[in-house]
Order: sequence, then structure tokens, then C-alpha cells
Amino acid sequence: MNVSARRLGSRILNDEIRRAEEDIIIEDCFGERYIGSCASSITITINGTPGNAMGAYLDGATIIVNGNVQDAVGDTMNDGKIIIHGNAGDALGYAMRGGKIYVKGDAGYRTGIHMKEYKDKRHVIVVGGSTGSFLGEYLAGGMIIVLGMESEACPVGDFTGTGMHGGLIFIRSSTPPANLPKQVTVSLADDLDMGSMNEYLMEYADTFGLSIDEILRKPFYRLAPNAKNPYKQLYTIY
Amino acid sequence: MAAFDIYPEYEIVRNNERCTNCRVCEKQCANGAHIFLTDKNRMAADDDKCVNCHRCVAMCPVRALKIVKTNHTFRENLYWTGKSIKEIKRQAESGGVLLSSMGNPETYPVYFDKILLNASQVTNPSIDPLREPMETKVYLGSKPDKVVRDEKGRIKIDLPLHIKLSMPVMLSAMSYGSISYNAHESLARAAAEAGIMYNTGEGGLHEDLYRYGKNTIVQVASGRFGVHSRYLSNGAAIEIKMGQGAKPGIGGHLPGSKIVGDISKTRMIPEGSDAISPAPHHDIYSIEDLSQLVYSLKEATGYTKPIIVKIAAVHNVAAIASGIARSGADIIAIDGFRGGTGAAPARIRDHVGIPIELALASVDKRLRDEGIRNRVSIVAGGGIRSSADVVKAIALGADCVYIGTAALIALGCHMCRSCHTGKCNWGIATQREDLVKRLNPDWGYKRLVNLLNAWKHEIMEMMGGMGINAIESLRGNRLMLRGVGLNEKELEILGIKHAGE
Repeated sequence: MNVSARRLGSRILNDEIRRAEEDIIIEDCFGERYIGSCASSITITINGTPGNAMGAYLDGATIIVNGNVQDAVGDTMNDGKIIIHGNAGDALGYAMRGGKIYVKGDAGYRTGIHMKEYKDKRHVIVVGGSTGSFLGEYLAGGMIIVLGMESEACPVGDFTGTGMHGGLIFIRSSTPPANLPKQVTVSLADDLDMGSMNEYLMEYADTFGLSIDEILRKPFYRLAPNAKNPYKQLYTIY
Repeated sequence: MAAFDIYPEYEIVRNNERCTNCRVCEKQCANGAHIFLTDKNRMAADDDKCVNCHRCVAMCPVRALKIVKTNHTFRENLYWTGKSIKEIKRQAESGGVLLSSMGNPETYPVYFDKILLNASQVTNPSIDPLREPMETKVYLGSKPDKVVRDEKGRIKIDLPLHIKLSMPVMLSAMSYGSISYNAHESLARAAAEAGIMYNTGEGGLHEDLYRYGKNTIVQVASGRFGVHSRYLSNGAAIEIKMGQGAKPGIGGHLPGSKIVGDISKTRMIPEGSDAISPAPHHDIYSIEDLSQLVYSLKEATGYTKPIIVKIAAVHNVAAIASGIARSGADIIAIDGFRGGTGAAPARIRDHVGIPIELALASVDKRLRDEGIRNRVSIVAGGGIRSSADVVKAIALGADCVYIGTAALIALGCHMCRSCHTGKCNWGIATQREDLVKRLNPDWGYKRLVNLLNAWKHEIMEMMGGMGINAIESLRGNRLMLRGVGLNEKELEILGIKHAGE
């Protein structure tokens, strides 16, 4: 089913998507917000630039964007897949607890913050380019991989993993990120780590037509939480 | 020196002539304040561990126990009180932030107690609620700008979304995790029975309680614990928690030790992992960003649920509320500085935020001045103690109130203010299985319903006395209020006259 988003506005467009029982292709998308909110089964292909909060609370659907996306994509995503053939804005995958987000280009500030882990849900964000500061802030679970395919320098901003108390961040880089907070430990990824990333890297390479050898050409740094309960010693019972 | 440097605040007094060494007190005290001395064949007490929760006093079959506030003192003076001295000693010992719970206990003015209600005499006669119809129903949500009629002159009933309450009281947000399952079940069943709403708090909603969805407000906070599409669509309304009166500007932190079993399942995080809700939503830095979350939740539920935005009462609350009213939210909840909590840094709890009475009056005035009061309903919370507080809050401009602490007291809380220890002897603020089962939801919900019914009768009596027969006519009706002992500025902010005027 093809729908042109032109002059529909977010609410009418989203009503159509909610009613759709088959896969849907949205043409002429230009800033319409909340596309695919809570969607659970279909595949939504978007040609153009969707607005903020695309795929919020996504519950199993697949969203493919042929273009860039804006802020708050995949907010509190529970399950499903988001593929972005372009760049992403800020707060990508906020509090996400399931599914996959693959970005071909860069992502903005606060990528993957508050990501949670739950039972057997395995979830991941892979960013092909670089990310802004505060990557994985308050990370509590899941995996974030930043590839920096076009970068010489380490492809993340400052304060990566502030408040991190779970999950893992992998950064493909010849040097570890600078300015790491004290809650985070950094080491080179070992074979076990590479094994745990393998499935996602293969799928990522396949999705965007990249060579897996090229992705694996550089080392990966592994960022993990330093202590499970970072605030434990802070309080005095009164 | 340290261990004996601070004398216990309470002493356990045991009448040894009555005590039969049955050891019930020992079994009942999760803090370990009662000890049986085998060699001496008698009970002893460790006053240091006593929090004065009265569990042992209530359970002692021979009434052999009482707890008294110690009359031992520091050589304190009006400025350096025993409390200040003790707090400094504790911090010098531990280097930690003072942690406490429940609401602000300090001696700031209580405006509710300086406001009096009106009653009719001779003219506009009072109404007897026992024989006249008296409406206490409230509809929360946006109201239309004007009445629209069709071509035949009939009023068009195309109203925005509402939640309906049988009386102007709701049970405020307390998460599963901060309180026990049995406490949550009691709140849910009481709300269903009384025709009002309870609020899940930010810890998600236990599967077994989904059936009370029609009486549930589901909360979304910065940590997004247990938030998913079924959770959102199960509630009657969705509340975005931006702040809390007990700790404005501070987030929540449920320690990993409390994330066990069903709590982990309901919050959707692993057992033993800390549950951290930072103070800000890191995707909300403006009213426009807030609006985005409001609409993303509306989209997620197909525009079927009103959205509440809850904020703490802080200095510029009126301007913030004006922004919220324009963000697309349907209801604003304002939480005053007396509001309770399961754990908060004591300095924040005791020194941040403003009284709900002033915040409420100024928000109501601001929204009326801007002509947007009809766009939102206002829920006032934070220290509502009685039906009189409810009536005064409504006359100051609230559509309804949230009660939290009062609801817990109905469930058995004795206000020992030790929720943060997780060892609540009354089965409320604890996850220890043996303690949780002390609160029987069958009994708990009935007591809460009793309280609500009693308040409803009292509200009707007070309304009747004023000659008002519908709660809607009381809202913002400041003519029904007079201040006693308030200065000009306070009266101006509250929008009321002084008694005698």
C-alpha cells in the first residue's frame, strides 16, 4: 500500500498507518511526527524525512527510512527493527528495551541513553558513522555499537557512558574515547566480545551493502560499567 | 565513641510485670529492636534500632509495651537544636547524604490551617445532604472554549477526553517497588470500589492488576520502567512525571537490592540492577519537547487517553503550568512540598519547593488570567490530610486532589518515616515476603474505601453548609474562603479575603 504524506499532517497519516493491515510505503514524507508509534507487525517504508519520535514504543514492526530521521527515534522501543539509510538526530533509542536500530550515517547527542535489559530481549543500536556526546548515558542494558566508518579519530563525543550501570558499548576506533567518567571501564574487545557482536555486524553489513572485512579492519573498544551499583555508598540512613 | 555518641531517639518501655516472654515483639520487629535473653529468661530491647512504628505495641497480647520519645537531650539551644547536632554527627561518621522518607516535617506555615470555610446563615440557605441531591462527581480533562449548538438548538456533545471520578480525590503515584504488591492491590481495589483512580507510579503495572485498568492512571517517568504499548493502553489516563513535591529537581533511585522477583518483571529490568530515574527527562528541555512526549503518548494510544503532566510546586510554577496547558496536556498535577516519598535526600525534602496552597492558587489565577483555564484540569497534591483540606484546595482552584500519605495511613502506616530502609513492619514500604503478607489487601482496601466514603460525606456536609450542591460550583470559589493571621501578600497570592472582611 502506497500513501503520500503530502498535506496529510501527522495525525491523519498516523491514523492511516494504524489502520493498515499490510506493509505500507510512505512517499513525500516531510517532518510528520510519531510515525509507527506502537506498530506491531507490518513493515513501514518511508521515502523522505520523517519528523520526531518516529517508532516510539515500537512493538515488533519494521521501519525502513530512505533518508534522514530527526530526534527521539525509537523512544521506549519494545521490539522490532528500524533501518535508517541516512543520519539520525538526538536521543535515538531512548530507554529502548528490545529490537534493533541500524543507522547508516551519524547519530546525534544522547544516543541510546537509558537503554534497559529485560529477560531474553536482545537489543542493539548500530551507528555506522559517529555519535555526539553523552552516548549511552545511564545505560542499564543492551548493546550500542559505533563504527565510525568514515572517521580517523574516535567516533564518539564527550562523556560517553555517564551513569552507566549495565549493558555494553563497543566503539570501532584505533584509540579509546577520551573523557570517560569513572563509572566506565574501557578495554579492547576480546574474541568473546567480537562473537557477541558478530550477528549484528553481519546483518548491518548486509543491510547497507558494506563489506564485513572493512568493518572488522579496525579494533573495537569495549566500554562496560565499573560497578553494578554506582550510587551504593552515597547515602546515610537517617 | 561513635556507636554511643548518638543517643536513641525513642525508648522501648516494657512493663516486666505484664510481659510473659511470648516473644511476639521479637518476631514482629524487622529492625531487631527486641531481643530475648536466654540466660536471663527475659526480653530486652535495643533502643537504637527502634523506629517507633508501633508494630510491637499493637501486637503485644498483654499490652506490656510502649514507646516514648527520650527525654535525654543534648545541651541544645534555640539555634543549635539536638536535630542539627545529631545530623552533623551522623554525616561526620558516614560521609553520606542524609536519606529520609515521607513528607517535609518542618515548621513551615500550613496555609490550609490558616484558611476557614464559609457557611450560609439566613440567606442562600444551607442544603441538607441527607435529603437533597448533592453532586460530587468530577470530570477531569480539557473543556471546550464555548457551548456549540446544532441547527435545532441542541447542545453539541462533542467533548474532549475525560476521566470521571465519583468524588474529587485520587490516589497518588506510588510505584510497585517503593510499596509492596499488597499495598498496590489495596490501592487498585479501593479505587475501583470507590469509582476513582489510583496511580501506578513509575514502576510499571503488575499483570494481576491490569483488570483494574478503568481505575488506573499509568505513569511514564524518565526511566520509562515497564512502559510498553499494552501498559499505556490499559490505563484510563497516562501521567508524565516531570517532578515530585518531596524532591523537586531530584530523580528516583530504587536500589538493586529491591529489584527482585515480580518487581524486576514489572519494571522490565534484571534482578539486582539499580532502577535509576534521573531528575530530568533527557529528551525534554523545553515545553515543545514536553509537547512531543504528550503527543507521542496520544499517538501511541490512538488519542483515547487524557494525558496528565505532574510537576513539583516550585517558585515559578505558574509560568510552567501555563506552558504545560499549551503543550497539549489535558490535566496538570501539582505536587506541593509536603508531599511524601519512599526515599529522598532530607535536605531536598525539607528545603526545596513551595506550599501547595500558594502554588495552586497562583497556577489557577495565571491560567484564568491567560484565558486557558478551561484547557486543563488541575490536580493538587502534597500533604492533603483531611476532607477539609480537599474542600479548601478545590475552592482555591483545584479540580480534584491526590492523596498518598493519607491513603497509606488508612492501610496501616504509622508514619515512622523509615520507608527508605525497606523494612516496613506494616507490610507497605517493603518487599520482604514475610512483612508484605502482614498487609491483607482484603482488609486494606476496605479501610481505604471507608476513608474515602467518610471524606465524601464530610465534603457534602461542608458543601451543603455553604449552600452549594455541586462540587463544580465550589471550584475556584474563593468567596467561600477567609484567611486568619495571614499578611496582605499571602492573601493576595491565595486570592482570598481576611476573616472579618
